[in-house]
Amino acid sequence: MDFQSIIVNALQAAVSPEAAIFALAAIGLNIHFGYTGLLNFGQAGFMTMGAYGLAVPVFAFGWPLWTGVIFGILAAVVFALALGAPTLRLRADYLAIVTIAAAEIVRFLVRATSLSDITGGSNGINGFSSDFYDLNPFTESIKFGPFSFLPRTMWAIILGWVLVLLGIGFCYLVVNSPWGRVLKAIREDEDAARALGKNAYSIKMQSLIIGGIFGALAGMMLAISTGSVQPSPQDLGPPKTFFAYAALILGGTARLWGPVVGSIIFIALLQFTDGLIRGAQSAGWIPEWFISGTEVGVMRFILLGVGLMLLMLYRPQGIFGDKREMAFDV
Amino acid sequence: MSSASEVETAWGADRPESTPGSKKSDPILVVDGIRRTFGGLTAVDVDHLEIQRNKITALIGPNGAGKTTFFNLITGFDAPDAGSWSYNGEPMSSLAPHKVALKGMVRTFQLTKALARLSVIENMKLGAQNQKGENLFRAMMRGWKDEERANEERADALLKRFKMDHMREEFAGGLSGGQRKLLEMARALMTEPDLIMLDEPMAGVNPALTQSLLGHVKELRDEGRTVVFVEHDMDVVRDISDWVVVMAEGKIIAEGTHEEIGKNRQVIDAYLGSHHDEDLTFDDEEE
Amino acid sequence: MMIGAVLAISVALLVFLSPTAGAQDDGQSINGTLQYKDDSGERIPVEGVEIVLRDAGGGDLGSVVSGADGTFSLELPGAGDYAASIDVESIPAGVSLRNPDKTELTFNVVDGQSKALAFPMAAGEAGTQEAVSQSAIDSLLRLGMVGIIFGLIIAMCSIGLSLIFGTTGLVNFAHGELVTLGALLTYAFNVGLSWPFLLAAPLAIVLTAGLGGLNDRLLWRPLRARSTGLIAMLVISIGLSILVRYFFLWQFGGRRNPFRQYSLQEPLVELGPISLVPRQVVTIFLSIAVLVAVALVLQRTRFGKAMRAVADNRDLASSSGIDVEQVISYVWISGGALAGLGGILYGLDRGINWDMGFDLLLLIFAAVTLGGLGTAYGALVGSLIIGIMVQVSTYWIPAELKSVSALLVLALILLIRPQGILGQKERIG
Repeated sequence: MDFQSIIVNALQAAVSPEAAIFALAAIGLNIHFGYTGLLNFGQAGFMTMGAYGLAVPVFAFGWPLWTGVIFGILAAVVFALALGAPTLRLRADYLAIVTIAAAEIVRFLVRATSLSDITGGSNGINGFSSDFYDLNPFTESIKFGPFSFLPRTMWAIILGWVLVLLGIGFCYLVVNSPWGRVLKAIREDEDAARALGKNAYSIKMQSLIIGGIFGALAGMMLAISTGSVQPSPQDLGPPKTFFAYAALILGGTARLWGPVVGSIIFIALLQFTDGLIRGAQSAGWIPEWFISGTEVGVMRFILLGVGLMLLMLYRPQGIFGDKREMAFDV
Repeated sequence: MSSASEVETAWGADRPESTPGSKKSDPILVVDGIRRTFGGLTAVDVDHLEIQRNKITALIGPNGAGKTTFFNLITGFDAPDAGSWSYNGEPMSSLAPHKVALKGMVRTFQLTKALARLSVIENMKLGAQNQKGENLFRAMMRGWKDEERANEERADALLKRFKMDHMREEFAGGLSGGQRKLLEMARALMTEPDLIMLDEPMAGVNPALTQSLLGHVKELRDEGRTVVFVEHDMDVVRDISDWVVVMAEGKIIAEGTHEEIGKNRQVIDAYLGSHHDEDLTFDDEEE
Repeated sequence: MMIGAVLAISVALLVFLSPTAGAQDDGQSINGTLQYKDDSGERIPVEGVEIVLRDAGGGDLGSVVSGADGTFSLELPGAGDYAASIDVESIPAGVSLRNPDKTELTFNVVDGQSKALAFPMAAGEAGTQEAVSQSAIDSLLRLGMVGIIFGLIIAMCSIGLSLIFGTTGLVNFAHGELVTLGALLTYAFNVGLSWPFLLAAPLAIVLTAGLGGLNDRLLWRPLRARSTGLIAMLVISIGLSILVRYFFLWQFGGRRNPFRQYSLQEPLVELGPISLVPRQVVTIFLSIAVLVAVALVLQRTRFGKAMRAVADNRDLASSSGIDVEQVISYVWISGGALAGLGGILYGLDRGINWDMGFDLLLLIFAAVTLGGLGTAYGALVGSLIIGIMVQVSTYWIPAELKSVSALLVLALILLIRPQGILGQKERIG
């Protein structure tokens, strides 16, 4: 088994556009769940809004790509309003149920044959991202030691991590402001915040919208980096949301860099275990009847499930988290 | 301690009648026909109640008398089936809780709601009203720094007054029950309320802190604020209240000075009838 | 350790029963007869009409033209979702579709199934008022019936979820996996080991009930004991759900398979436009019987009263001598049994696959929220509404979008009656 290439691949995955996508989605969830205590299990729905908002104007109307950015963000705002209006006055678990259902419904909608003229049906949309790659300054693969990135990937990596840094900058500003203080107050005890004159409903809605926009940015990044949008469960279904949650919890909720650190480690870990299983397979250590070649992809979900459970059971504050903060269970 | 005669002197010519729903000379809060039922159970059914401005009014009654529900209704945390109430002459029915607070009527909770994972000073600063920095767009622009500094100074002064300044940076979740009660009261004061409604402010507070809490409540009145508080401990009621309102089974059954209430047959029946283990002697109650 | 135990048991059950061994791989096809009734009521075949077949992605899979006897049939490449559309241009003059808007049927074909497609036709030109309104009532009745059956199946699954929520406060995202487990175990016994269905199904229900109980004993009870927050528990249940679901995928594969028996049946009951095959009749009677039994247990027995007391106020129940943990154990066991039964009935209706329970979970959530979280009768009412809603809405909207209607109803109810239809307004403070 070639350990060196497994490790190189894992490290390369850690900076890949995929890691940036998860970081963006998890930044959004950090605003929702980490700071405000909102259980949004429909981040994939916000990603769908971003991805399709970006691709549809190009695909269906032949408009330039930048108009799609506006549509993607608008779609996320509308989605947040539609989700929040019936649920934000209710207990936290209602939002969880409604968001996960709504995200799936949105995916069914864009997958529908009857809408395929606009959304491409179950084939999704391809070939909308040329406006972005036309600007690519890289013409050759970029090599750093054992790492090598294709020009397209490099360009997407730059976009992705610039977005992540901007996102973190934004979070730094708002989370450490009186606005951020109200978010945390609502997370700790919504009624206390209301009794002190804070319009909890409005602030929760703002949080849902802001975090949702980060979800939409993640979706756009997904669409750009892969050059296609697919209404598949792996791309825009519930597993995507859960992966982002796992990354967030791993890195630590309600910590500025938690979602970013968590995503990097999480993606590297996934890639590493993938590589390990595949390596062990080709070395003949894992028999074909136990895990076949096509089943390696399934393993990462099983690991996700186990990982999510173990994290919540033993380190709910994340791997770097401060145990002191988690001591006050709410 | 305020003896009966002291209470009489404090009222002077404004002394209201000692009957349920009696008129007050300068009411800050007027409640009419408010009713709330849960399933078949009537939790609150108050015909008429006036709360005098700049006085400490105690709301007492056996468990399940509807005191907390009454608080919830008045402060917008629960919606009544019927009834109306006005604060400073302004109708308040169906106003959201945060709007009630913005009008200057602030409450605390029976189970303290200290915001565990915020520091004491952050808890305090949350109480300041109409902060520019609570607007998302202004929050980004950082135009709120001066205001924040002013709020922090005010918060520090209050912490000092409540002798909590040494705990400024601690997480509120790490405070003792009594300290949380103090913090909650101090935080409520950050809103600069005219009417402050305390739901069992002394419950779970150790005796050493009780006296200082009582002192703080009296100070609130001396600053010109109005206080309504729910309490079980009759000593506390006798110590600080100018007026006592008694609820039982959702209704106001008596009003008067603590001395009159202590002798009121109906009140004693209400307590003994529904709550044998709790009597109306003014002895220290066990915690 | 607790996860390990749950895993080990599941592995033992699934790996050694090797459910995929007996999967059928016979050809799949579609067939049907195009005909209409003339004025005298005689059936006249319609010849020369073209029917085009597409896969779920819209890809063309070929077409077939009806023969002199009006019949058509076409082989399919495999199990899955398809759409068949009728070429209206090719319909002879003097004949038309009874519902001119219904030129396309979307459907799912399971392994080895020969799917019968119906394009109801009538004499006369398209869109004659009478023909349309007649067929509208017929279709709505038919869809309503299918919806009631679907609603009863959802009810089986949602009552357990609702009772678990009511007694423990846990929103159990892994409930769908209990549903799948019931169906998968039955499949393993019925197809893998070739046991008769009527032996396989009860055994699967017992095992699902047991695993429901174990689930509580090994995972949730220790978590309650260390007073883990409800949100943390919710996330843990999501982890468990993903773990188990993909474990099913690993062991069972991604195909949708039918049980060995009862998958092809002739109609047993025909009431006007409604025709029911025997398994549907059994589903209806069985689920009604089970639901009545659940209601009786809740109302009449000591366990039912204890359970309602725990749901109402845990501390009070505990201090009045009820063994709260035992009650919760029973709730999990019966919730598991109900979910297993629901899964088996669902599997009878439309085949078994690895994520059937998760698919259903969204509708289960919609149903319990609609009816009022934590109330058993609310779950029943919500389930029936969702079931009927989902099916009947396909009369107006494409079948692939049917779940949309369920969510819209849910959002509407939450707006006007947040506590759900039968839920009680919460007491604050």
